[in-house]
Amino acid sequence: MPEMSVTTDQREITFAQAIREALAEEMRRDPTVCILGEDVAEAGTPFKVLAGLLEEFGKDRVLDTPISEAGFTGLAVGAAMTGMRPIVDIMFGDFITLTMDQMVNQAAKVHYMSGGHWKAPMVMRTTLGATRRSAAQHSQSLHAWFCHVPGLKVILPSTPYDAKGLLKTAIRDDNPVVFFEDKMMYKLKGHVPAADYTLPLGVADVKREGEDITLVATSSMVQVALGAAAMLEEIGISAEVVDPRTLWPLDENTLIQSARKTSRAIVLDEGYERYGVTAEIASLIAAGAFYDLDAPVKRMGAMHVPIPFSPPLEDMTVPTEQTVFEAARKMCGR
Amino acid sequence: MTSLAPTPQVIEKAELWLRMYRQMLAIRFFENQVNELYTRALMPGLAHLYIGEEAVAVGVCETLERTDYITSTHRGHGHCLAKGASPDLMFAELLGKKAGYCKGKGGSMHIADPATGNLGANAIVCGSAGIATGAAFSAKRLANGRVSVCFIGEGALGQGVLYEVMNLAELFKLPVIYVCENNLYSEYTHFSETTAGDILARATAFGLHAASVDGQNVRAVYEHAQILVERARRGAGPGFLLCNTYRYHGHHVGDINREYYRSRREEQTWKTERDPIANFAKWLIEQKVATVKELDELSARVETEMKKAVEFAMATPYPSPDEVAEDVYA
Repeated sequence: MPEMSVTTDQREITFAQAIREALAEEMRRDPTVCILGEDVAEAGTPFKVLAGLLEEFGKDRVLDTPISEAGFTGLAVGAAMTGMRPIVDIMFGDFITLTMDQMVNQAAKVHYMSGGHWKAPMVMRTTLGATRRSAAQHSQSLHAWFCHVPGLKVILPSTPYDAKGLLKTAIRDDNPVVFFEDKMMYKLKGHVPAADYTLPLGVADVKREGEDITLVATSSMVQVALGAAAMLEEIGISAEVVDPRTLWPLDENTLIQSARKTSRAIVLDEGYERYGVTAEIASLIAAGAFYDLDAPVKRMGAMHVPIPFSPPLEDMTVPTEQTVFEAARKMCGR
Repeated sequence: MTSLAPTPQVIEKAELWLRMYRQMLAIRFFENQVNELYTRALMPGLAHLYIGEEAVAVGVCETLERTDYITSTHRGHGHCLAKGASPDLMFAELLGKKAGYCKGKGGSMHIADPATGNLGANAIVCGSAGIATGAAFSAKRLANGRVSVCFIGEGALGQGVLYEVMNLAELFKLPVIYVCENNLYSEYTHFSETTAGDILARATAFGLHAASVDGQNVRAVYEHAQILVERARRGAGPGFLLCNTYRYHGHHVGDINREYYRSRREEQTWKTERDPIANFAKWLIEQKVATVKELDELSARVETEMKKAVEFAMATPYPSPDEVAEDVYA
């Protein structure tokens, strides 16, 4: 993290405000940046993340589209190739399935397939996260799908500070970048300096230092991991919480070094556990920290079921502070 | 009644007609070379020949500026050449050589060339409809006066994304023209088995300016395309041009036995009665734009040029192994 003038700037804003600031600042900085999506203009999205942008930038730069995710994402790929820096808003992460050909076969590959001649500098903003009682088609965390595809970059911020700095970097990046926002996090407040800053991709952040166990956590799971770490502290276990912040590029070294230091690691991610982000990171840690580990690396992700509507059932499908606490306590032999 | 001298209109356009004739010959001879390379097992992968459809690419691209955009299809060699690509660099790409347009990483189905506004051929049917529409979006936002042409086959009519982007193009009044080449067959299936209703109505339903043209008549294609391009360029919105044409060869070079989906007689009729190059040559001679001898000489020159381009591509090296991981990210 860059140095912050702590004494003069203690400003706190929400995650949603941080996103909006990043968009507004980059739109002021670069006239080719524009926003396309469903209900992004007057409505400012159902989450009100974009409120006020239409008034400042006008309808030529904040464009309401038909409910055509494939169509407007495809349009963004072509616009990106020809001089614009479009940002597409996919209201719910579940709807990325409708954009797959545009993102996977077109945006991700055009630079390589053209021998480096064309590039597609675009950002897809979308959401992830369950526990909002939205059932199976509005609650998934499908970011692993994009992590699987060469040519895409994938960002999962967990704080307002990270969200703003990483989104600004994403908009300036010359590649297609997918930016996942936890929809339960929009009202989370945190320190965000008023001054302009960006954060590099591929640099993990240690959210809490510890000695006994490493909790690698992404997006929504960072708050869960921090909560579990506080509970663990009460029974004398010191947990380190590391947030990769970007899944590609991935800061493998920081994750491995933390596991080598603590000798134990649990990987937390809200995507499906099977064939998911937790599998990839656990395998990297298992290989990279092999001689320093006291226990097999554990993975905790979403249950392999469609997200159920009924609240008591839905709450069972994703890791919680309590389940992470229990798993960590067991791993530490307590 | 036969005319004794070319009309003033013909004289005025003689240079254009001859350039178009030359471009059609270039595509025909280019594809003949591809066919030969492929059947001699010198070319890896797949080859989808454009032979029979030359008038479409040439008629449309002659109405465009070099800086205008096109997107192309898996059957895209004709579009690339018509937009101004160089045959030697195309053959190099087809053979997977470093000197190729995409450093050998794209191949026949992905040739792209920023210098001629070619955003790339696409191996997903209708995969470039979004890209072409987005290029038109940029052209409008950046006010650079460019238009974008999206070449698709009639097989693309089955893809929903086409209707999404046509809707967007009309809503945003984008300078894009969707050129649909109906060569009658989506791979191995006659289009009538896969296409309900009226094709043009699919475009006019969204408010696009749509027209249908004999795709074997290069002058007709040119004239219709000119109207749509001019409209788009002055901000009047998107267009749709249906070009009725025919694929002489199979879906790809390896598609030899075709009688289960179309008759030899049908193929023969198109080749002998509706060949776009032979019929245009006949017209050029009738109109006294050129003599038989002049056209024969031109033909020989173009054929030699294509052979030389193949020789260049055969001799030029493959990419080095360390290039495999280059250009994944910009």
